[in-house]
Amino acid sequence: MIEVNRKGEVWVFAEQHNGQLEDTPIELMSKARHLADILGVQLAAAVLGDNVKEVAGKMIHYGADKVYLAEDPLLGTYQTNSYAKVMYDLIHKYEPQIVLYGATIAGRDLAPRIASATKAGLTADCTDLQIGDHETVKDKKLHKNLLFQIRPAFGGNIIATIINHDRWPQMATVREGVMPAPEAETTRSGEIIEEEVELSRQDLPLEILDEHKRPKKVDLKASRIIVAGGAGVGSKDNFQLIWDLANCLGAAPAATRAAVDLGFIDHDHQVGQTGTTVRPSLYIAVGISGAIQHQAGMSQSRKIVAVNNDPDAPIFGIAHYKIVGDLNEVVPIMIKSIKEKGIKD
Amino acid sequence: MDYNCVVLIKQVPDTKSITGDVMNDDGTVKRSALPAIFNPEDLNALELALEIKDRFGGHITVITMGLPAASAILRESLYRGADEAILVTDRRCAASDTLATSYILSCAVKKLDYDIVLCGRQAIDGDTAQVGPQLAEKLGVTQITYVEELIGLDVRTITAQRNIGNGWQQVKAELPVLVTVMGDANSPRVAAARKMMKYKKALTPIEVEGKIKAENPEAGEADIKELAEHKCSKLVEKGLLIKQWDLDVLEADLNWCGQSGSPTKVHRIQSVVLAAKESKEVEPNNKGISDMIHELIEEKTIA
Repeated sequence: MIEVNRKGEVWVFAEQHNGQLEDTPIELMSKARHLADILGVQLAAAVLGDNVKEVAGKMIHYGADKVYLAEDPLLGTYQTNSYAKVMYDLIHKYEPQIVLYGATIAGRDLAPRIASATKAGLTADCTDLQIGDHETVKDKKLHKNLLFQIRPAFGGNIIATIINHDRWPQMATVREGVMPAPEAETTRSGEIIEEEVELSRQDLPLEILDEHKRPKKVDLKASRIIVAGGAGVGSKDNFQLIWDLANCLGAAPAATRAAVDLGFIDHDHQVGQTGTTVRPSLYIAVGISGAIQHQAGMSQSRKIVAVNNDPDAPIFGIAHYKIVGDLNEVVPIMIKSIKEKGIKD
Repeated sequence: MDYNCVVLIKQVPDTKSITGDVMNDDGTVKRSALPAIFNPEDLNALELALEIKDRFGGHITVITMGLPAASAILRESLYRGADEAILVTDRRCAASDTLATSYILSCAVKKLDYDIVLCGRQAIDGDTAQVGPQLAEKLGVTQITYVEELIGLDVRTITAQRNIGNGWQQVKAELPVLVTVMGDANSPRVAAARKMMKYKKALTPIEVEGKIKAENPEAGEADIKELAEHKCSKLVEKGLLIKQWDLDVLEADLNWCGQSGSPTKVHRIQSVVLAAKESKEVEPNNKGISDMIHELIEEKTIA
């Protein structure tokens, strides 16, 4: 725990594996830049690893004013204890007011371990961050310029804004895919501060025996157009309609959790609270009722088209184009219409 | 070689059954209106402990922190094969965030002999996945999160497979460890009928007192206390008393419990109302759909 420190910087933990920067810290940078500018403090990235100067440079291109660079062969592979120890030391040395992590597998493994050691607050899986004021109920004291940590709770049925006014740093993990990544500005310059690392074998209690990574079958986050099917599509065979519509639009096929659980399509295609969060230009929802858990993963799409035979389906509440009808008739008309336009144009 | 397993479980509102009826007007959720269930991934953690006991032998203690009614999931654990159950309950635990919760649980776990502490990956009411790693830090033990398979235990080392999102990782560590268990790690066994017959009579001291009060509405406080103590000692003899610990038993530092031990506070709660700014009804025919596609092309949504 550190004292409330109004001059403290805003930090982003720059998760990387084998020198490859993860997407989520990049996505965090434009929001973090915004927060730092409101507070009038510097934005810094914490880069931990072995031979990761290139990652440090990238974080500056994405908006960091400075980078704390901790390099050591013992940081070559991510492990909870070694990374937590280095972050703990950095936090106590520089006393940042805000530390943000991607809510990735490693981020959600690391951040709570650091929070426990520093006895600081941590809010999991935020979907938005803002700066605002909070009045404590008991003493009516106004705490200005706190980090509003905004996240869904209760299975996505409520949105909670969490604050942390007395024990700092204010820390949060942020869900993957909810913030637009900034463009890299390769001409940007910043300061790289090389940190001494003091680690021993004791700090690496895990022996990593084997690891297998499989490439994702689809990159939903990078898709401009997504065509998603729900349980209403009815069968795996009928899910071909979704693939066909996606193909003629150059779109990525996606699905709700219900459709994935029914075996219509692989989990890599799942959009929603337990799948991927997307914000494409166009989201076509076919046979999707629109459970709150699904909406959590796609409601920020720029345009939403919904096809459902139930006029009361919740998905229509957020759709820009509502088509009440049988998807088996509507989707073929859509495909035909797109193909015709393609020829005409 | 047998192993002492401690499984941490939580009773949660079934967030899947949320409908309009359970929301208050201010957008908060009426917890009491939702059915209370055994947090799903905690059942997987219990099942993993039962697998360890089946394969290597050992003793399983389940702990929950919660309201007195959380004894229901402790009994459920006994039906499935846990050896011992402990309820941590105290009004002063109220409003604990994940940091305070992990502190209180660490005080409870430290009172036990343990080799492996098991938790579900996350609870469905908060989905934070924070208490496991925070508890591991407070106990000073190695954490293995997102476990999808126990590969083996060899004297004092554990080998497990973790789900790393886009693949898996196999790791080995010295005991003691804390593992958090994924929902697809196993299929939790059902309650055993014989154990159910036995343990449905298992009670916490609070429940014993409540029962005696109901049976003796005229009795004074001192009499109730005496009757309850007598009943509890009989339950102990039969192995049917669920232990009940408060913060005094845990010798917990109250500064780190409940509200004062929780750095995070709720600023605001809103119910989710998502709405499109402008929306159009599209007729499900050639004309309607063709016009819509035309618009989407015109505005360059479809390239």
